[in-house]
Amino acid sequence: MMSVSTYPGRTALLEKGWFSAYKWLLLRRITQIGILAIFLLGPWVGIWIVKGNLASSLTLDVLPLTDPYLLLQSFLAGHVLESTAVIGAIIVIAFYLLVGGRAYCSWVCPINIVTDTAGFLRDRLHLKGGTHFSRQVRYWILGMSLVLSVVTGTMAWELINPVSLVQRGIIFGMASTWFIVAAIFMFDLFISRQGWCGHLCPVGAFYSILGIPSSVRVSAVNRSNCDDCMDCFMVCPEKQVIRPALKGEADNIGPVIMSPNCTNCGRCIDVCAKEVFKFSLRFKNSNHVPMVGNKEVRS
Amino acid sequence: MIQGKRSSRRQFLADSARTASGVALLALGLGFYAKQVQSLPATAIRPPGAGGEKDFLSSCVRCGLCVRDCPYDTLKLSQPGDAFAVGTPYFEARTIPCEMCEDIPCVKACPTNALDKSLDNIDDARMGLAVLLDQENCLNFQGLRCDVCYRVCPLIDKAISLDLQHNRRSGKHTLFIPVVHSDFCTGCGKCEQACVLEEAAIKVLPTHLAKGQLGKHYRLGWEEKRKAGGSLVTPDEQHKYNLPEGMDYDYEGQGLIKEKKDNVPFSSNPLDSLNRNAEQR
Repeated sequence: MMSVSTYPGRTALLEKGWFSAYKWLLLRRITQIGILAIFLLGPWVGIWIVKGNLASSLTLDVLPLTDPYLLLQSFLAGHVLESTAVIGAIIVIAFYLLVGGRAYCSWVCPINIVTDTAGFLRDRLHLKGGTHFSRQVRYWILGMSLVLSVVTGTMAWELINPVSLVQRGIIFGMASTWFIVAAIFMFDLFISRQGWCGHLCPVGAFYSILGIPSSVRVSAVNRSNCDDCMDCFMVCPEKQVIRPALKGEADNIGPVIMSPNCTNCGRCIDVCAKEVFKFSLRFKNSNHVPMVGNKEVRS
Repeated sequence: MIQGKRSSRRQFLADSARTASGVALLALGLGFYAKQVQSLPATAIRPPGAGGEKDFLSSCVRCGLCVRDCPYDTLKLSQPGDAFAVGTPYFEARTIPCEMCEDIPCVKACPTNALDKSLDNIDDARMGLAVLLDQENCLNFQGLRCDVCYRVCPLIDKAISLDLQHNRRSGKHTLFIPVVHSDFCTGCGKCEQACVLEEAAIKVLPTHLAKGQLGKHYRLGWEEKRKAGGSLVTPDEQHKYNLPEGMDYDYEGQGLIKEKKDNVPFSSNPLDSLNRNAEQR
């Protein structure tokens, strides 16, 4: 091995070419920015395709979409659910049951761009250490926010939820939003690695739980090709989810990443030079079907 | 082996306690904060159809659809740092008041019923209640004819009327006192916005601040009498005023009234009598 300073995904970049090595990242950024852009088209240009914000919106005056986590807080705070918001939440729930709960985090939420950038810089600047939390803290905060909604009779987390503050702030043009963006950025960069999205955010925790039975999953279909380069572990925002699927063959664990914490970001697919990963479905998780090339061979 | 199990259990319990304590501290702060932001500042007015602040904060998802559908840019979303729940819609009457659209687009836009869909007539909205707070500076109280709050009121003569009173300063003029009637005032804030003073003398306040309440056991005698069609206690004796001849007194008819009689011994103008005496002397 030459002593070249390297980074995760370098081999993939050299072997697969630029587009294949950044395909899913690129698509995600286009989606995230595109969603914001559609919201901003109204106030900036006067073309009202979508009104509202990610809490609740109305597309083309017909399609209502509502964040089910907000509606759950509202219900627990004592509000009777009997409106278009319920239909909106059901549509959203159905969508994420299909594409994966935390696809919300990696494909929709604009905070993800902030924390991904912070994580990227943290690795490139070799910033070690920092404060460690358990990744379970987010579930505690989620539970706390729901209990507090009951106790206070208000949608408790929405009073400080930086995710909705930023989404709303960008769409409605509130200058103070950028302080919150900066705070999250610095938290993830200097205080805790993947601290916000991977450890604390109850919105992500909610979508994790929602996504437990979801269909679309990343699968390490060609895990026998794995050469242990560790690039996927380096880029994964929830690296603990990879191991069972990638290394579980001996323990008779299927190749599909079944952890609800996987954000379906697809970055592991990008950075793998051996094309181990691809998007698949939860149902294709049998460990007993040997793979020859890309074709399943049934005995 | 047993030792290892025990120490890992210890570790698990310690970790859980650490997380629980951290989250509990956060919950404590957030809980007090949630209580604190339930009081809305008096100058921030909720859109039509918003119920009490507590109901509103349990149902509003802060999507801003009402703000987007407000044709007059009246409604705004509160920003981080504002003294009340962040992201919730409100307006300030002095800046842009509610124009009381007949089709109430803000209520229609609300996806959660935080703005009550059963509000179908904007005149039934109760966003607050206008109060003429500063009688020392209100021009009409000085005997001038400003009347602007009265003129701009969408429910003129119902929500604001002018009550005529004697101007004791000049001795010969009338004060046109603006009086707000809570049965009709929607709290739209047009009066507050239009007030010509540097700082408005009339302001829309939250109804619970603006309105007093009579003790539940209070009965107003004259109203009970009107309802019953006669006195409910002592025999209803006509009060006799000691008035100059030809004059009558009636409260509802605004005080002293000249009786319409043709055979009055004096001229209707008291100056005539005075002058006549002077002539005779």
